[in-house]
Amino acid sequence: MSENTNPLREEIQKAISENPVLLFMKGTPEQPACGFSARTVAILQSLEQPFAAVNVLPDPRIRQELSALSDWPTIPQLFIDGELVGGCDIVTEMYQSGELQQVLGLDGTAPENEPEPEAVQAPPLSIENRL
Amino acid sequence: MSATPEELKQRIESGIPGARAEVSGDGHHFNAVVVAPAFRGMTRLAQHRLVYDVFGPEVGDRIHALSIQTRADDKRGSSL
Repeated sequence: MSENTNPLREEIQKAISENPVLLFMKGTPEQPACGFSARTVAILQSLEQPFAAVNVLPDPRIRQELSALSDWPTIPQLFIDGELVGGCDIVTEMYQSGELQQVLGLDGTAPENEPEPEAVQAPPLSIENRL
Repeated sequence: MSATPEELKQRIESGIPGARAEVSGDGHHFNAVVVAPAFRGMTRLAQHRLVYDVFGPEVGDRIHALSIQTRADDKRGSSL
C-alpha cells in the first residue's frame, strides 16, 4: 500500500513535525493512564518544559501506526524537534544525566529557539478527531 | 503462557552477541539490565531497539512492559 493511502500515519507525521516537543502517551498529562507515561510527564513538568501530547488510547491504530513509523514498540514516546528521543527509560536516564535538559536547550547552552510558550496550556492533540 | 525473567534473560543473551542480562519481573512487567560489547558506539536509542528486536511483537503483548537499561561494557555507570 502506498504511503498516501494512510491518512492516520500522515497525521501522526504532521503532529511530530509541527510540535517541537511532542509526547505520545497513554492518557493525558492531567490524567495519565500508565505509570511510564506518568513518569515521563512528571519529568517534563519538573523542567517546566511546554509540550504537546497525544493520547494513543482512543484508537488502537494510533499506536500501531506510530510504532511502525518510529520503529519503537512501546508507549510513551517522546519526540524533540521531529526526532524520537526514546521512551520512559531513556528519558529518565537522560534527565538524570542532564542530557535531556541539554537537548531541550534548558541548560543555557543552546541558542534561543525556545518552544512556543502557548503550548503550555494547549489541550492534548486529538489525532483520532482529524480522521 | 506467561513469560519468565529467565526466559527473557536467555533470549537476550542468545539474541545479542556477547550480551549478559539481568532480568527481573512478575510475568508481565519486566526490567532488564543488558551489558553487551555490541552496544559500543551505538546511541542509547539503538541499544534499546536491539533489545526490543529480540522480542518483536511480543513487547506490549505477551511481554506487557519491558523496562531496559543498557551498557556497552561492564563498568558500573554512576546511575546504575
